[in-house]
Amino acid sequence: MPPWFLEKACLQDLLERLRDRGYAVIGPTISQEAICYDEIHTIDELPRGWTDVQQAGRYRLQRRADESLFGYVVGPHSWKRYLFPPQATLMTADRTDGGWSMQAPVEVPPRYAFLGVRACELAAIRIQDKVFLEGPYVDLVYQARRERCFVVAVNCTQAASTCFCTSMNTGPRCQAGFDLALTELPTGFLVECGSDAGSELLASLPVREPSAEELTAAESAREQAVHQIQRLMDTTNIREDLLTNLNHPRWQEAGERCLSCTNCTMVCPTCFCSSVNEVADLGADHVRRERVWDSCFNLDFSTMNGTPVRNNVASRYRQWLTHKLASWHDQFGSSGCVGCGRCITWCPVGIDLTEEVAAIRGDVR
Amino acid sequence: MNQTASLDLPLPACNPWLAHSVTIDRITPEVAGVSTYHLRFVDPEAARNYRFRPGQFNMLYLPGVGESAISLSADPRGHVTWAHTVRTAGNVTQTLAKLGVGGSLGLRGPFGSCWPLDQAMGKDLILVAGGIGLPPLRPVIYEIAARRDEFASVAVLYGARTPDTLLYQAEYDAWRKAGIDLHLTADMSGAGWNGAVGVVPLLLDRLPLADAARTQVWMCGPEVMLKYTVKSALRRGIPAGNLWLSMERNMQCAIGLCGHCQLGPEFVCRNGPVFPWNRMAPYLDVKGL
Ligand SMILES: Cc1cc2nc3c(=O)[nH]c(=O)nc-3n(C[C@H](O)[C@H](O)[C@H](O)COP(=O)(O)OP(=O)(O)OC[C@H]3O[C@@H](n4cnc5c(N)ncnc54)[C@H](O)[C@@H]3O)c2cc1C
Ligand code: SF4
Ligand code: SF4
Repeated sequence: MPPWFLEKACLQDLLERLRDRGYAVIGPTISQEAICYDEIHTIDELPRGWTDVQQAGRYRLQRRADESLFGYVVGPHSWKRYLFPPQATLMTADRTDGGWSMQAPVEVPPRYAFLGVRACELAAIRIQDKVFLEGPYVDLVYQARRERCFVVAVNCTQAASTCFCTSMNTGPRCQAGFDLALTELPTGFLVECGSDAGSELLASLPVREPSAEELTAAESAREQAVHQIQRLMDTTNIREDLLTNLNHPRWQEAGERCLSCTNCTMVCPTCFCSSVNEVADLGADHVRRERVWDSCFNLDFSTMNGTPVRNNVASRYRQWLTHKLASWHDQFGSSGCVGCGRCITWCPVGIDLTEEVAAIRGDVR
Repeated sequence: MNQTASLDLPLPACNPWLAHSVTIDRITPEVAGVSTYHLRFVDPEAARNYRFRPGQFNMLYLPGVGESAISLSADPRGHVTWAHTVRTAGNVTQTLAKLGVGGSLGLRGPFGSCWPLDQAMGKDLILVAGGIGLPPLRPVIYEIAARRDEFASVAVLYGARTPDTLLYQAEYDAWRKAGIDLHLTADMSGAGWNGAVGVVPLLLDRLPLADAARTQVWMCGPEVMLKYTVKSALRRGIPAGNLWLSMERNMQCAIGLCGHCQLGPEFVCRNGPVFPWNRMAPYLDVKGL
């Protein structure tokens, strides 16, 4: 289907048509000096005229010379916090005369419309779909949110120094997995449609056919992102190279720099580890089992019989990296990394997984 | 996936997180700190439908405290109560130990892989267990006792720290009568003990083998025990492909979604706990994996 054109001023219509359909629109906003995803009501809440500058261990917002609404790359949030919420109730238990009565939680799952999903993030959602929906057990919390969500992707027109989606074959062009995909130009958006729900919504918007100039401008804006990507990760044979080097000295060396702070796992759009907590009322007669995000960097994560299996930082860093880049292939048929660069940016000591991989593989060749 | 038509789908009925309510029908004290809890489903339909395969486990849930992975130590042909033999360790198991007969708790399962009984038919079978590693093999023993003719020789090699911590002593006669060759050992001797002294793999070193190539060895116990049992088996000429082991890792979900039980590429809860040794071999010797 050929793309359409939506004038900039009409983006508010897109928000309203989504809200008419019962969606809570989640989009980029500025919060705590970063671009974070939150519910938005008007396009004035978007980070108009701001961009992010990223490097290993560093993230900073900066004014742009123009008024772009989506002129940034990715921030510390990812959409996983909406599809796989940091806290979710799995079950409740109530004490009755006949013993404990266990119930599934009753919830009206939220209907989210995501505005501003990048190509690497579409890939990350696809990866979490495989984890949560396509294995022998389906995660009902994820499924309820995922089936009801509407995805408005936005093509990148620039890249950060930390991006390596081209190495992971996930971007920067949005190819699939969206309902609508936008490319931002100074005067408006080129709109592509990726689903029936997308075309239904599109039909309610004041779009027109784009001019030849607009089509070319969108193409070169997208090309600009490709050209800006500097970082590379060679993924040839990466699974074997990592899994046959579990005793490589580099793990120890990385373990000495890593603070085991869990930042990388929290910002990663595909990391899915969790733990379950018991939340009880004072009398302990009504209990909720609550699932919370956890991280393989936490010492307790691997505790068995009172002793952690991964009892040093090096073993935990190795677990994270080998899971992400190697054993994910065995488990889910793809890499667990989409090349978004978040773990590089948000690591307080600037550990860069592409460098760690290169170091380990350097000795292998 | 993204269709307006499907916005208000009903949630699927099957929820792997939802525990069944069960009550403690009977408690068999085994040895110090270990008891067998015979659990009965409250819901008649759950009771009717429950089945498991030897080697599988349940998540036992003590509301307000937490869940623990516990193997079924029951007779798979049973159908009223389901035995779980539990060693008191931390919070969950201590709370369980304080519940008496009639106590209420949650159970979800069964989960995980099972011992390859089908592959063992007509073959010599050796079960090797250390300490609390015997309960996950007891369903196999029940099954073999019921179908003894279908297997060639069957030996159980079992060891514990001291003679008085050997589990299921009251059943040994019945096992022997059923044609199971039982060998016991204790790491340390004790009063009245005239069995072997030493670690379990030594029992395997000494066991006569009719035909190593068609002998299966299934083992469960501490990882060091598994390691030395494997060494002994390989030394005795038993093919690597005939060795199976049951693994243990921290588990929160039992359905391969929480990430805790990973060991190399495996989710121990979902791909295991029973694995062919071949699949574990590359990872067992790596420290801190
Ligand atoms: C597949 C499998 C089968 C098992 N079968 C049995 C059995 O038949 N009998 C028996 O006595 N024990 C068995 N265990 C071990 C049992 O799960 C732990 O001893 C128990 O979870 C300890 O819980 P706790 O709360 O009392 O101890 P804590 O030390 O307070 O543990 C807190 C939590 O950590 C986790 N955890 C701690 N230790 C283990 C562990 N070894 N394995 C898995 N999770 C752990 C659990 O979620 C536990 O609730 C089995 C473990 C696994 C993985
Ligand atoms: S591992 Fe790092 S670069 Fe890869 S998807 Fe996760 S956060 Fe992004
Ligand atoms: S690699 Fe960096 S972000 Fe990840 S746990 Fe270590 S210090 Fe934290």
